[in-house]
Order: sequence, then structure tokens, then C-alpha cells
Amino acid sequence: MTDAWGWLTTGAHWTGDGGIGQRLAEHVYVSGLALLLASALALPLGLWLGHLGRGGALAVNVSNVGRAVPVFAVLALFMVSPLRNAGYVPTVVALVLFAMPPLLTNAYVGVREVDRAAVRAARGMGMTGGQVFLRVELPLARPVVATGVRSAAVQVVATATVAAMVGQGGLGRIITAGFATYDTGQVVAGAVLVALLALLVEGVLAGADRLLPGPGRGPGRGHARVPKNRTIRRSRLDG
Amino acid sequence: MSAPNCLVTNDWICGEYLRTRRGELTDALLQHVGITAASVLIALVVAVPLALLVRARPRFAGPVLGLTTLLYTIPSLAMFSLLLPFFGLSAALVVTGLVLYALTILVRNALAGLAAVPAETREAARGMGYGSLRLLWAVELPLALPVLMAGVRMATVSTIALTTIGSVVGRGGLGNLIEDALPTFFKAQVLAASVLCVLLAVVADLLLLGLQRLLTPWVRIRTAPGGG
Repeated sequence: MTDAWGWLTTGAHWTGDGGIGQRLAEHVYVSGLALLLASALALPLGLWLGHLGRGGALAVNVSNVGRAVPVFAVLALFMVSPLRNAGYVPTVVALVLFAMPPLLTNAYVGVREVDRAAVRAARGMGMTGGQVFLRVELPLARPVVATGVRSAAVQVVATATVAAMVGQGGLGRIITAGFATYDTGQVVAGAVLVALLALLVEGVLAGADRLLPGPGRGPGRGHARVPKNRTIRRSRLDG
Repeated sequence: MSAPNCLVTNDWICGEYLRTRRGELTDALLQHVGITAASVLIALVVAVPLALLVRARPRFAGPVLGLTTLLYTIPSLAMFSLLLPFFGLSAALVVTGLVLYALTILVRNALAGLAAVPAETREAARGMGYGSLRLLWAVELPLALPVLMAGVRMATVSTIALTTIGSVVGRGGLGNLIEDALPTFFKAQVLAASVLCVLLAVVADLLLLGLQRLLTPWVRIRTAPGGG
């Protein structure tokens, strides 16, 4: 533990090529890009399937598939293919694939679990399908969708660590470099940094979730029924 | 002549690889199964008493659930690395990390399963003179089994995937083969180990589903006439 502290408090380890600063920047870059791409792909699809009420089996079963496929195996397959020469592409593609299940599932479930009475009332008032979706389903589904984004973000940050095991960038490289030189202090220091980043992302997003006014949370909006405890539980996918 | 060539040309699918490295593949698969089985079993043995404790003393609920959730947030590579000073490069390190992850799923599902036992059933058993131990063993645990088994299946499948990360300390089962193949871009080995890993997860899931059906025949009988 003192070795780890010593490693962390050595200024030279923070700057320069392969320093903590560079690895952290890589980590945040690939995680952010992957989350954006995955959201752009999965959220519209999940929301649309939820609106139609179709494809539920697909939206729910992708999580099971994601759980069975090790991300390390997917990254390794990319790294022995020509994709290995494409910079951060292997990591970003793998992260997008593993961020999609929570996004897709929560978007679908969020829309599906909107009180059917509210949807019928909106239709009875003469709203078109698009209006029902934008004015009723989407606002009511938002908390569940936001939970999905949060799960995906935490997921992506954790999974990006594994990229180091196939030689890609990110904070995990500090850990693998420590293993390569039998430097337990560096291994633990890297692990602490990775764990702190994951906890920070989780904490910040949980806080943001609480600050955002949502249907059923603020005063005067108590009539909108938000499904409680029906969010899809997170599962570990960074194998 | 054509058969050994796929090792030289580094093909994705190589029968010669599967034939000549059969022993290596079997050893890795057995290590993978061993680590996964040990992790899930230990987690189960710890999780059920923990769930019973939380149910009996609700003030433990916050700390137990909070701690397991906190542990769950730590990325797998970091988890194994943090355990390095305590266990060194050993299978015990990998198993400990995986137990900590599986605990989160199992404690929650054990609690949910116990909570799903109808209060009438519990009272009827008490009325029939069941003591608390017999009540637990003969009534509550069987009724909690479907939800608990759902947790066991989920924990097993994700543990199989997570075991590959154990290759960072050389105890990753099939993950070791993937790691060893990377420096030489050995495609056949990466693909074979990856496919075996996914197959192992699917087979384990189906076996556990079969076990669940065997242990809870009443669930199937009750739902069968309804067609689902």
C-alpha cells in the first residue's frame, strides 16, 4: 500500500508519454466517444421498438448475450484482425457493442411501462402517434432511460480498462505495465485510479439523476405514474 | 500437406490447431470451469446466510447491500489488481474477486426470493407446528428457489466471462490462451478460446435451468396448462 502511495505521489508518473495524464485522457476519450455512438444507435431503436410495442424479446435478450460474451475475447479478436492498425477503433467498437444492451433494454422497457391509461387518454384526445410519443411516452419514460444511460456509462468506463490487456490505451495500461515489471505498487496504484474513476462516474451520474426534475418527482406532478423499482438491474459485462 | 498449413498461414479456423492442442484447450477449459464453479459455490454459501441475516436484522440491509453494490462498481481488472498484495499470483486471487462480484447478485436475489414467499404460506406452516429451521428448509427456501436460481444463472454466466480477466495473473482459464495468442496474432487460438468461452456460458446456463426445473417441479406443473 505504501508502494502504491509512493508511486502515485511521484510527479514523473503523472506527466509525459504513458503518464497518468495521458492514460486518463485516453480513457475518457474512448469512453465518451463510445457512449455517444452507442446512445445514438441504441436509444432511437429502443424507444421506437417500445413505441411500437414490438421486438421486446430482442431488446431484453441482448443483455443476456452481452453477459455471455467476454469483452476480453472480443477485443482480442479485433486485435488479431486488420483492425489492430486502426488506432482506438478496436476499443471504441467493443465498448459500443457492450454499452448497447443497457441502453436498448431500458429505452424499450421505459416506453413500454408508461401507464397505458395515459397513452389511451392521449390517443382519445386526438394525438397522433408521433405526438403521443413526444409528449407522453418520452417524458414519462425518461427516468428509466436515464438509468440505462447511467448503467452504460459506468459499464463503458469499467470495460475500457480491459482494453489495456490487448495493448490498447487507457488507465488499465498503468496496471498492465505494473504486472509486466512485477511492480505491485504500480499495479495497486493503477487499480486505485481505475476504481476511483468508476466510483466518480457512478457518483456524478447518480447525483445528476437526482438533481434533474423528472415526472413524478417534482411537486404537482404526482399524477404521472413512474414505474418504481422496475429499472433493469445492472450486470457486469467487463469480462 | 494442406492440413498443417493452416497453422502456418494463420487461418481463423484451423482443424490442425484443435487436433494438436487438444490437451492445452482441455486444461484451460477445466481451469475455467474450476474457477467459475468455486467462485459461484462460495458466493452462494456466503450469500444465503447474509440474506437471512439481513432479513432477520433489517438494520444490516443498508450496509450489506451498499457494500456489495460498491464492490460491484469496481472494474474487474482493478479488482484483481487490488487483491494482488494479499494473494499474489494465485487462483485464490481470481476466485476471491469473482466471489465478491457474484455476492452482489446472489444476496439481492436470495432476499427477493425470500420476500416472495407468501405470508399465508408461512403462517400455515407455523400453524402446523413448523419450527423456524424446518420452516426455512421445507417451505421458504423451496419457494425462494426460482428467484435464487435466476440469480445463480446470471452470476454463473457473468463469472464465466469475467474469469478471462484472470489471465492478468495467469489464472484465467481460456483467457490465458487468448492472452498467449496475442503477441503472435494467433487467430485460430483466439477464436477457439473465445468460442469455447461463450459455449461454456450457454451450456452452464442451460444445465442450471435444467437443475432448477428438477428442483422445482411444481412451477412447471402449474404453468404448463396455461401454455407458458
